[in-house]
Amino acid sequence: MLTLLLVHAVAAVLAVPLVKRVDRRGFAVLALAPAATTVWAGFQGPAVLRGENPEVVVPWVPSLGAELAFRLDPLSWVLTLLVGGVGALVLLYCGSYFHERDPGSARFAAVFTAFTGAMTGLVLADDLIQLYVFWELTTVFSYLLIGYDADQRSARRAATQALVVTTFGGLAMLVGFVLLGQQAGTYRLSEVVADLPTGTTATVAVVLLLVGAITKSALVPFHFWLPAAMAAPTPVSAYLHAAAMVKAGVYLVARFAPAAADLPQWRTTVLVLGLATMLIGAYRALRQHDVKLLLAFGTVSQLGFLTVLVGAGTAAATTAGIALLVAHATFKSALFLVVGIVDHQTGTRDLRELSGLGRRMPLLAVAGTVAAASMAGVPVAAGFVAKEAAYDAFLDDPLVLAGLVLGSVLTAAYSARFVWGTFWRKPGVPDSTAPRPSPGFTAAPLALATVTLLAGPLAPLVDRPAALVAQELPGEAEHLALWHGFSAPLLLTVVTFALAALLVVGRGRVEAWQARGPAVPSADRGYRRTVRALDRVAVEVTGATQRGSLPVYLASILLVVVAVPGGALLWTRPWPADVVPYDTPGQVLVGIVVVVAAVLTVRARRRLRAVVLAGVTGYGTTLLFVLHAGPDLALTQALAETITLVVFVLALRRLPPFFSARPLAGTRWVRIAIGVAVGTCASLFALVAAGARVATPVSLDLPDLAYEFGGGRNVVNVTLVDARAWDTMGELAVVLVAATGVASLVFHRRTGSTDQAFAPSTDPPPQAVPESSRQNWLPAGSTVDPERRSVVFEVVTRLTFHAIVVLSLYLVFAGHNQPGGGFAGGLVAGLALVVRYLAGGRHEFNTAVPVNAGWLLGSGLFLSAGTGLVGILIGQGVLQTAVIEFGVPVLGDVKLVTSVFFDIGVYLLVVGLVVDVIRSFGAEIDRQIDEGTQTS
Amino acid sequence: MSPNLTLVVIAGMLVACGVTLLLERTLTRVLVGVVLLSNGINVLFLVASGRPGRAPFVTGGTTAEQMSDPLPQAMVLTAIVITLGMVAFVLALAHRSWQVDGHDEVQDDVEDRRIVRRAELDETSAGYDDETRENGDEDGAGVDR
Repeated sequence: MLTLLLVHAVAAVLAVPLVKRVDRRGFAVLALAPAATTVWAGFQGPAVLRGENPEVVVPWVPSLGAELAFRLDPLSWVLTLLVGGVGALVLLYCGSYFHERDPGSARFAAVFTAFTGAMTGLVLADDLIQLYVFWELTTVFSYLLIGYDADQRSARRAATQALVVTTFGGLAMLVGFVLLGQQAGTYRLSEVVADLPTGTTATVAVVLLLVGAITKSALVPFHFWLPAAMAAPTPVSAYLHAAAMVKAGVYLVARFAPAAADLPQWRTTVLVLGLATMLIGAYRALRQHDVKLLLAFGTVSQLGFLTVLVGAGTAAATTAGIALLVAHATFKSALFLVVGIVDHQTGTRDLRELSGLGRRMPLLAVAGTVAAASMAGVPVAAGFVAKEAAYDAFLDDPLVLAGLVLGSVLTAAYSARFVWGTFWRKPGVPDSTAPRPSPGFTAAPLALATVTLLAGPLAPLVDRPAALVAQELPGEAEHLALWHGFSAPLLLTVVTFALAALLVVGRGRVEAWQARGPAVPSADRGYRRTVRALDRVAVEVTGATQRGSLPVYLASILLVVVAVPGGALLWTRPWPADVVPYDTPGQVLVGIVVVVAAVLTVRARRRLRAVVLAGVTGYGTTLLFVLHAGPDLALTQALAETITLVVFVLALRRLPPFFSARPLAGTRWVRIAIGVAVGTCASLFALVAAGARVATPVSLDLPDLAYEFGGGRNVVNVTLVDARAWDTMGELAVVLVAATGVASLVFHRRTGSTDQAFAPSTDPPPQAVPESSRQNWLPAGSTVDPERRSVVFEVVTRLTFHAIVVLSLYLVFAGHNQPGGGFAGGLVAGLALVVRYLAGGRHEFNTAVPVNAGWLLGSGLFLSAGTGLVGILIGQGVLQTAVIEFGVPVLGDVKLVTSVFFDIGVYLLVVGLVVDVIRSFGAEIDRQIDEGTQTS
Repeated sequence: MSPNLTLVVIAGMLVACGVTLLLERTLTRVLVGVVLLSNGINVLFLVASGRPGRAPFVTGGTTAEQMSDPLPQAMVLTAIVITLGMVAFVLALAHRSWQVDGHDEVQDDVEDRRIVRRAELDETSAGYDDETRENGDEDGAGVDR
């Protein structure tokens, strides 16, 4: 069975190239896939009819109980035959229906073939979740097929409507499936049905499942999507909306009826909605002028009929239901295909414009009339047998029986209307002169009409599987046959036809009466109101929550911090008792400076002032690190703070010196209040967190481990490049992205493209340094405006630059054992470059760094990541450090630790960040300023 | 473990000032707020790391108990460099905003404002396809093929 589905999947994938190459002839090839299903089902027939139910179970994730399970029992067998057989015929028909070189036919072929596969999977699935997946697959493919003509607004709308309605039902069904599966302890469909759980949960689950079936099979009140779905090409209507997809709901009802029919909720829902659908659909079918819509409402009506039969839960009704299932699949798809041909040849489907088609296309008329007769239940066709059986099944339930008879009267009437409307000659309408369809085009409806005609006399063939399906159910069923003698059902059939004849004869009066207005409230309007209301709610909710204002968003987040974790503080017991005021008096002094600077920062109105004051808090923090015995921290913080200041100053050159006018004082107080609340909470969190720290810290082992495995004495550095190297690597990636982002934002020119961001060559360093500069202290010093030059600065830069670079390298290599490391080293080198830039301008900077920042960033990350891989190469974990010791003649014993290379990567990356930042905020803004002064 | 009150107060003040600035509309102010906030959080790490000891270097005379806790220090160290990268990036944003709009104020999101306006006017969303058929009859479903 899995093979069958794979065949469909492969066929669907190959459909596009196939149809593109051989055009519409490809449909015949694709028809082989569903034909294979039919043939396979045919070969399985004897086994199934013997009562064996072939199963295939493919374990997938055994620990989760997930598996693919397929089962071919009589019900599945009947449906598989229909799905495969009708599918193959409709695909053959498509070969004539589509025009040559129709641009959409390739896509259509693929989706249609995929749909046949999904439908086959649906009826074969023996696992609830799997059933759901196939169910939704048919929904999605149906959406694509209805929306085939995507240029048409009505088609798009119909497709969306069908999708929304059936998906809604599908989701309800999924919930039902999960409830049932959990209650039953298994998701195997056959096992769940065999032993359906009882109780409220199971009842709710069954009702949810019915919602799925009702939406899929277009029962009242969800019937409206099916007529709208007639926007689809006719093959789709014939297959999805007559034979296959809409039957999925009926299938589900039939599947669960043996187990659930005793539930009063089930019985009421199925019978009431089924009958209502049957009557409403037939009533509406009777007033249509478009023959395709007539058939669509007829389908709605018949689906109601089917649901009543298979859902009633008696053997007789179910037998009748299977008979009707077969009959309906054959006659309704035949009728749709006939309408497709009529539409294709004449260009209209309006029965007021069609006349004399019966003479023009006699073969087609025969097929259409036979199929319609079967629909009406005219003896000997399949429909007659099914209806007789249905009457027979409800003889003891007069109310339902009356509904069925009335529905059948209407059915017979609209069947007659169809035949009359499509093929009859009408006074005042010119006879059709449309071209005759090719024999191949007519073949498929003719074949289906033949089947529906022969299925009547050959009813005993259907009887065997129908009886097998019904054997679980109470009651006894009459065998399906043409002739049961003079019995009550036969009498009812006569009554049905008599009443229908009255309706046909008095059709003028009926139409006039119907035209007085729809007696039934429009469900479609209800759907539109619901969707509109949903949309309105969405707009209101979005409008209320998505204010689009950054401060509002931030304030909401922060208030949640205050409310939720802050609220939890109220229940915290006990608070740490042994609070110490300070560790060293220095902390208090630094603290005062930091706090005052922070408050002044908030009050500052000048940009530069705010930045400098923020810098003061940063240097204050540095001192706190020193007092806390964190030399690496203090070093890095001091360097980073310095570079931050430089960057700020460079970037703020062009921004206005003052902040823009301050907003209203009221909101300022709100901001301060939120700030104080968050600050207070943060302090309290710190107290609680510190108080909660009672276990032995993991870091007590860290120094020994660092020395033993990391080969370094500087515990913090070893932690960065070894123990938490993954973390550092992630951080490096963030820095790289930030640096690249800076460059692309600043180098972005309004007209240019962003790739200039990576091309500092647009502003190349002077290739040949002018002669005079040989006497300069800096190679490009002469490029600086004389007014801004400072000889002292140039001299100092010249003298210290190389020393600083050497120092930075020293920090990298010593960092493993002493304060330093890649971060500190990189920042020092960066500072050296900053000084070079400040003293000599952007040309000087380019001379000092003749490479693209991207190279530095990229090679840095590459080196770090590459070091990680070395660990694998020497048979250890990723990023694991290896210690190699060897003797060198002059230097003595060298202890080489691979993580040094990781640190070099960090170094390069940080230098790259600084280079990128200086090139953007420094050099590029210089250039823009120069350009601005030149142009102005 | 006994928390250090001075550090707790410093951290709280830095966070309070940082948040106050964070809620402003000027991007530079927001950024300075972020800087204060990150300094404050780094100090919180100091509180969490316990009492200061000797610098965390493996030397003959220092035992693990005598050292300052090295783990929070490693975390703060990465945080410092990340903040540097972030400051640069937001500054670039501010600069770009100045280039395009002539100021560095954070504007409200235009699309969001549009939806808010729709909500106030009791309108449907822009993507809603309201096909109102006058007769309200479901039989009139558009059929084209």
